[in-house]
Amino acid sequence: MDNRQKEINNLKDYKYGFSTDIENIQAPKGLNEDVIKFISNIKKEPAWMLEFRLKAFERFKVLKEPDWQKPKFPKIDYQDLYYYSAPKSMKDKPKSLDELDPKLLETYKKLGIPLQEQARLNGIAVDAVFDSVSVATTFKDELTKQGIIFCPISEAIQNHPELVKKYLGSVIPTSDHFFATLNSAVFTDGSFVYIPEGVRCPMELSTYFRINASNTGQFERTLIIADKGSYVSYLEGCTAPMRDENQLHAANVELIALDDAEIKYSTVQNWYPGDKDGKGGIYNFVTKRGLCKGKNSKISWTQVETGSAITWKYPSCILKGDNSVGEFYSIAITNNHQKADTGTKMIHLGKNTKSKIISKGISAGSSDMTYRGLVDISSKAKNSTNYTQCDSLLMGNKCGAHTVPYIKNKNSESNIAHEATTSKISEEQLHYCQQRGLNPEEAVGLIVNGFCKEVLQQLPMEFAVEAQKLVGISLEGSVG
Amino acid sequence: MKEQLQKDFYNNIKNLSLSQKDIEIKKFCLDNFIDKGFPNKKEEDWKFSDLNQIIKNNIGELSFYNDQASTNKVDTSVFVDGLEHNKIVFINGRIEKIDFEYEKKDQIEIIDQSETINEFENSNSLSDLNNAFTNKCFKILVKKGYQLAKPLIIYHTTNSKIWSKNINLRLNFELDKDSSLRLIDLFNDASEKNFLNIFYNFELKENAVLKNYKVDKFENKNIKYSFNNIDQDKNSVSETFILSSGSNFSKNEINCNLNGVYASAFVNGVFSLNNDKHHEIRSIINHLTENTKSYQLIKSVLEQSSKAVYQGKIFVNSDAQKTDGYQLSKAILLNKESEFNAKPELEIYADDVKCSHGSASGSLNEDSIFYLMSRGLSYQQSRELLINGFLLDVVEKITDSEIKNLIKNMLGIKE
Repeated sequence: MDNRQKEINNLKDYKYGFSTDIENIQAPKGLNEDVIKFISNIKKEPAWMLEFRLKAFERFKVLKEPDWQKPKFPKIDYQDLYYYSAPKSMKDKPKSLDELDPKLLETYKKLGIPLQEQARLNGIAVDAVFDSVSVATTFKDELTKQGIIFCPISEAIQNHPELVKKYLGSVIPTSDHFFATLNSAVFTDGSFVYIPEGVRCPMELSTYFRINASNTGQFERTLIIADKGSYVSYLEGCTAPMRDENQLHAANVELIALDDAEIKYSTVQNWYPGDKDGKGGIYNFVTKRGLCKGKNSKISWTQVETGSAITWKYPSCILKGDNSVGEFYSIAITNNHQKADTGTKMIHLGKNTKSKIISKGISAGSSDMTYRGLVDISSKAKNSTNYTQCDSLLMGNKCGAHTVPYIKNKNSESNIAHEATTSKISEEQLHYCQQRGLNPEEAVGLIVNGFCKEVLQQLPMEFAVEAQKLVGISLEGSVG
Repeated sequence: MKEQLQKDFYNNIKNLSLSQKDIEIKKFCLDNFIDKGFPNKKEEDWKFSDLNQIIKNNIGELSFYNDQASTNKVDTSVFVDGLEHNKIVFINGRIEKIDFEYEKKDQIEIIDQSETINEFENSNSLSDLNNAFTNKCFKILVKKGYQLAKPLIIYHTTNSKIWSKNINLRLNFELDKDSSLRLIDLFNDASEKNFLNIFYNFELKENAVLKNYKVDKFENKNIKYSFNNIDQDKNSVSETFILSSGSNFSKNEINCNLNGVYASAFVNGVFSLNNDKHHEIRSIINHLTENTKSYQLIKSVLEQSSKAVYQGKIFVNSDAQKTDGYQLSKAILLNKESEFNAKPELEIYADDVKCSHGSASGSLNEDSIFYLMSRGLSYQQSRELLINGFLLDVVEKITDSEIKNLIKNMLGIKE
């Protein structure tokens, strides 16, 4: 067996599917004010934070779970979940990596994120979130020198309350939709990034999310603020152990770009997708929204969605500042019984705003994929443009690919162009590749990578390699 | 509204000789409608056009009873000149005339189907309203192998006698094997503030050809809704052209089921709107078997604070391999206040297909205007020329040359 084959065999099954035995502290099961107070208390949060949570919870009580999405799922019993789970050893937070529970370090090593080595070699600052709490943040010193704040959001609430108070909930208010509001009430941890005026963040910032405990929902909250003229590139990766039951992941991500600032947010999502018969897997219901608040600001979303039983998310941009730019690049791959309903919203409010949407969907097996997007140019958004391209590739006749774009143009000086195609891999291309010695799976891998290239190019180097491999693995077994 | 509906309903059936069973069916439809009411924007299909609100704002209180005992005088001046044609004349919703003078009488059959009700997929509460209140319904059957010599024009005329009324119409067509029909719907309104609710059902057998041209050109303050259901068998062709321009509000829906292999459907539409008009076209093309084809082209020119909506859906069943589906919508917004909304949708369950859609909206191209003006045309002339060319593209898709010329003249488009 040659090396490649070995590698494929290694990867064939979900390689992140192990779970780690670590003692956990959990909040009592169920969702009520006491649980919220418990979370707030254990995190030693100030009173305003608890108020924020309770306000969201009040709102949550009257909201109904939405049902317009394409992938249907059995009703979630929100009282049957644990809303807080933390490794016991984290109770007294370690000061440095050396004090971390060795089991935790081992877990991250298995995941390919050796925190210690990474701290030295890679030049990427990592914040790792295990179940509900942030366990380690690397490269802190170097970032602090430049005035950059990169820390768990629970720390930021303690140490930088003025920033958190000002921006938390400013893009995704507590009164938003069902899952976002649930998150506002019970979020446990996540990352906080603040880039001061005029600073270009010298390295990629990265968060790695891991769900370990069973029956836990993971609700993390990320808040990124790029002050005037700053730049940051942020990466996010996620995995979870293989379990038979479905687990809920409902995160909120808020981005705020002030004048001339740029935020680049990349996600490689590889939550456990469930087994071949569609049993188990993560429900990935995430709210991601960016606000281009200042003039000439830019927010760019790049996502590679290969995991999760159901992916249901729309990373959006609100282009409020004049001349602001929003971009969305997405690859979504579904195989077996996975389902995805994903896309973006571009809301043009300022003058001369521009947005670009490139979405590539690939469905195989018995999976179902939907691109759903909104482009809304308001009457004040003079001279704005949008370009949308969404292509779908189908493999086999048991899967589905759907496109549901909403296009609203209320301004005569603005232009919108939208294109979408659906097709399968052409026999000719396959034949050509096979004739040159590739086996069918390699040939498909090559063609699919070409199909996705426009999006893969947008990823930072380290991620692009991983993503490219992931694309190949996700489609394993779908040809022939 | 509920009391009004019930009162008008009983007034209406009093004049009809219906069996107890038929009355019950109609009553059932009425109750369904009362239950659901007029469609509003909470329903996905009516997201961009809230009919409930539109009726409230434009008409206010509607009444549903039409006295159809006495005949209306047919005003021959509305008839199209210079084109020999068969006629069906509706005045205020009452059938006044059915005339196939150019055709062989034994090849066309007109069947009274007043006692039947229509049930369509992808329909809404308006079909219940229609079923509850239509008094007369005919089926026009074109027999095997017969191709109508002249087009059929259906005149939808209203006169100033009616006000704040709901008018319901229903017609069924069956085109037997190898037959063909050219059908023009011509709207001519001298009334104001009425709501027309029209349902057509077409059944196309093998090799049948249907060409339906809907022309709503003349300015009027009515609100119109029209639903075409088309079922197509093997090798059949349907062509629908919609000129959407005259009414205050208009929504055309087309639900086309391509049931037989090699069946094809074409939907072309032009929105030419001004003032506060609000028009919509919604099409659903269901590719249900292999080797079927659909093509859609919709173009809009929007002036003042007018609003156009296009919702098009291509559905491809898992059996429908080798489907070819195409959809394009383009809009020119000429005024700050005008608005174009689109929802071009693809729902695909088969892999060996070629489906695509495109949608573009924006202003007139300033470079093109500059080009024309530098060659001596005035700004106004350049603008007209560009719009002319933009719309001509769709009109050229009309396959019947006689009717193409008629519509060109109506639109004032030059070649």
